Formats: sequence, structure tokens, C-alpha cells
Amino acid sequence: MSKRQIELEVMRYDPEKDEAPWFQNYEVPCEEDWAILDAINYVKENIDTTLSYRWSCHMMVCGSCGMMVNGEPSLTCKTFIRDLPDKVRIEPLENFPIERDLVVVLDNVMEKLQTAQPYIIRKDPPPSDDKEYTQSRAALYKFKQYTMCINCMCCYAACPQYGLDQSFIGPAALALAHRYNLDSRDQGKAQRLDILADHDGVWDCSFVGACSEVCPKSVDPAAAIQQMKIEGAKEFWKQKLSGGKS
Amino acid sequence: MSRQPYIRPMSKTTWYMRNGRYKVYMLREMTCLLVGFYSFLVIFGLAALSSAERWNAFLASQQNAAMIAFHGFALIYFLIYQTFAWFELAPKAMPLQIGEKKLSDSYIVIAHYIVWAVLSAFIFWLAGVF
Amino acid sequence: MAVAKKAIVWGLFAAGGTVSSFVFPALITLFFLIAVGTTPDGLQYEKIHEFAASFLGKACLFIVISLSLWHAAHRLRVVFHDLGVRKDKVVANAVYLAAFVGTAMTAFYLFLIR
Ligand code: SF4
Ligand code: SF4
Ligand code: FES
Repeated sequence: MSKRQIELEVMRYDPEKDEAPWFQNYEVPCEEDWAILDAINYVKENIDTTLSYRWSCHMMVCGSCGMMVNGEPSLTCKTFIRDLPDKVRIEPLENFPIERDLVVVLDNVMEKLQTAQPYIIRKDPPPSDDKEYTQSRAALYKFKQYTMCINCMCCYAACPQYGLDQSFIGPAALALAHRYNLDSRDQGKAQRLDILADHDGVWDCSFVGACSEVCPKSVDPAAAIQQMKIEGAKEFWKQKLSGGKS
Repeated sequence: MSRQPYIRPMSKTTWYMRNGRYKVYMLREMTCLLVGFYSFLVIFGLAALSSAERWNAFLASQQNAAMIAFHGFALIYFLIYQTFAWFELAPKAMPLQIGEKKLSDSYIVIAHYIVWAVLSAFIFWLAGVF
Repeated sequence: MAVAKKAIVWGLFAAGGTVSSFVFPALITLFFLIAVGTTPDGLQYEKIHEFAASFLGKACLFIVISLSLWHAAHRLRVVFHDLGVRKDKVVANAVYLAAFVGTAMTAFYLFLIR
């Protein structure tokens, strides 16, 4: 197979030495069918063992290899050399603090995923012991798309509102909440909306749509958020009309 | 090993210049100026309905090269960044599922265009354009 | 905690966005026709006055204008935020007040037309 010479421009940052990140260039002889992750692995194995980055599965399931590729938040195992020019700039995901080189600090979004209460909430008692929660296929397809998220956080790197204000709960966490809100077995919608349709929740999203465009799993978090806004508006009137808390 | 995460700065005032996607978003958001402008223009028109003279003066105030250019520009800008953009995004906010299958977004978008065409034709008919 | 009041403004924003998307292209076209000097018959004083004096005409005009104003106001608030103006309370009060004034003016002028 023919090789192609690619120049990787990689952002480096060593918290013990560097004041600020800088770029280092590597010449990588790539196979035509390589993904960017292969090129980075080549650097690590053959050129520079000090380069730090995250990856695991190399097959779009673990969600750990998200980076900026030529300014676009991308899953590097799913972004192919053949679709890129000869010079490729690799940076850690935008909007996150850099831990070292291409590794970012994800603590903030990990907390946010919790606020989505991503588990089935029941008000009624569960079905009797030996029975399962049954669910029709139609009911499953209502939310299936939102279960595909692999927490790669590309959407957060794309979202300007998260970049501007880190208290915004953000795309993946809201899509995750929506996934449970839409689940026919779940009864926690009002409880989730109480948090997610409050300040810092869905209203901080201005529907830039960037999150959905970069999502490698076609989760479409922007759509989830708009639907939650509608649900939130309905819930608001429900709470008002029932004379409840507000 | 000491941790010292580096936070890349993000300009609060010029961030949208970072990529084409953000620029398009800002162009879309700017349509609010046109919506506001035309809303108030109609309000001034309503005020001018108090007499035939005032109404004719209102019409005359529109009849100059600058307003021709402005209305022409506004129409194109509005179509691209408000009407078409809105229709494009509408199915995301209101997805429809029939049976097991989600209805393709394009049906909902096309439905919007049809309603829009009919409504616009009705408004033109009402205004006596044809 | 509860669902934020932003739910109301957002609801009006979405309604206004829909209405303006559907109606404004025709509206702007009419203004364009007026501008180039081919004012359609329906916009001559008698006809348009008759339309604005009818209950249905009043209702349509009021709904379209008031919702569009709220839409524009809310989006302008977001634009200010996006341009880096961080006095959201002040901005919100100003733009919503403008929309409210416009809505009141619409109601007032429509009331005068009979
Ligand atoms: S929604 Fe998409 S982009 Fe965001 S974390 Fe999940 S898979 Fe990644
Ligand atoms: S649609 Fe909302 S969540 Fe997605 S990128 Fe835009 S502002 Fe962020
Ligand atoms: S390495 Fe697992 S998703 Fe890319």
C-alpha cells in the first residue's frame, strides 16, 4: 500500500515545565487507510514517547479519543487521513482545561452528567418480583438515538455557550436527561425538569447546533435540548395552573 | 507530579469569529434586528392609517432608492437566515414518530414550505397583488 | 427549585419565530413593492383601512406584531450576551420593555382604527 507523508502539528503542554501550550511538528509516514489516531500512535511508538493522549478501543465505542483535528472536535479513531490535507493540527478538546498534551480535565462535565439523574425513576412501585418492565419497540425507538452517546465530549468542545459559561449543563448531559425523560418506564420527568429547565439548564442553549454537527454518534443533542425546552415550557404552565410551587 | 491544568482563553466578545459555523449562527441571530425593524415599521403604518394623507405620506416615505435597496436586501437576508433556517430546525424541536419509525425530518420541512407558500399567496391575494 | 420563568419568554420567542418566519417574507415583499412604486391595490388607503378596521384584521395584525416583537426582543437579549455584554438583567429589562411598548402601541393604534 502506498504511504502518504503527513505533517502533524501537535499541541504540547507539560504542567511541570511549560507556562503555556506550544506546537510540536512530527513527520509521519501514514498508510492511506489510517485514522488520525493511528498517526498519533505512530508518533508515540516511533518518534516521541513523551506524548500524552487518551484512547482505548480504536473503534468508536470508548469515547476517549476526542481531540480537535484542524479545529474541529473529532473522534480521532473515526477521522481518516484520506479526508485530511497533508498538514494536520491536533489540539486537546476546546473548552476544557489541559491536563497535559492532548489530555483534558473532564471533572466538570462528569459532575454534570450526574445532574441529569441518568437512571430510571419510579413513583409507582416496580412490577412484581419476577416481572420485567416491558417496553414496546415503538417506545424504545422514541429515545434510542439518545442512548448512543459515548461521552466523548466533542459536543462540549463545539458548544460556544459552554465555552462562555461553564455553569451551563451542556449538550451531552441534557441529551442524556432527555433519553430518560422519553423512556416509557421512567416517571422522573418533572423531577429532572425542575433542575434542567431552571437556570444553567436548557435555556442557556441558543441552538447554535454545533454540538449536533460534530457528534460522531449522531446523537443530536441540540434536538434533545429544544424538545426539553418545549417540555419545560409545558411543565411551567402545569406547575402554575396546579397552583403548585414556582 | 504536580497538577496545573492550563485553561485556554476564550474571547467573550469575538469568539464567533473562530469558525464558519459560529459566524453563520451570528448571522442568523442578527435577523432579530430585521424582525424588530419591520414590526415597528408596521406599527408606524398603523399609526398612519388615521387619515388618507398620512397613509400616503407613509407610502411615499418608502419610495426612494435607499429603501428599495434595503427592502431587497432584507428580503434575501431574512429568507436565508430566518425563514429557511427556522424551517430547517423545526423538525428537531418537534419530531414525529408514526408507529415504530421516526418520520423523516424532510417531510416536516417540506410541510413547512407548503404552508408557507399557501400563506404567502393568501397574503398577496389579500393585498391585491394578484 | 422549579422550572424557570425563562420558560414563558422562550415560549413567546418560539411562537414569534414561527410566525415571523411564515409571514415576514411576504410582508417585506409588500414593502419592496411599495418602495418600487407598484403599491398593490389592497394597500391603498380605503382597502387597508377596511382590513385593519375589521375584527379579523385587527386580531391577525396584533398577534403577528406582538409575537414577532417578543421574538426579536429575546433574540436581541441573546445577541447582547453573545457579544460579551454581561449585564443580562439590564439588557433583558430593556429589550422586553421595548417589546412591551411596541405591543401596547399596536393595541392602541388598532383600537383607534374603526
Ligand atoms: S452527544 Fe455525541 S458528541 Fe456529545 S458526548 Fe455524546 S457522543 Fe460525544
Ligand atoms: S445547540 Fe445548544 S448545546 Fe448545542 S452547541 Fe449550540 S448552544 Fe451548545
Ligand atoms: S479510541 Fe475509543 S472511541 Fe476512539
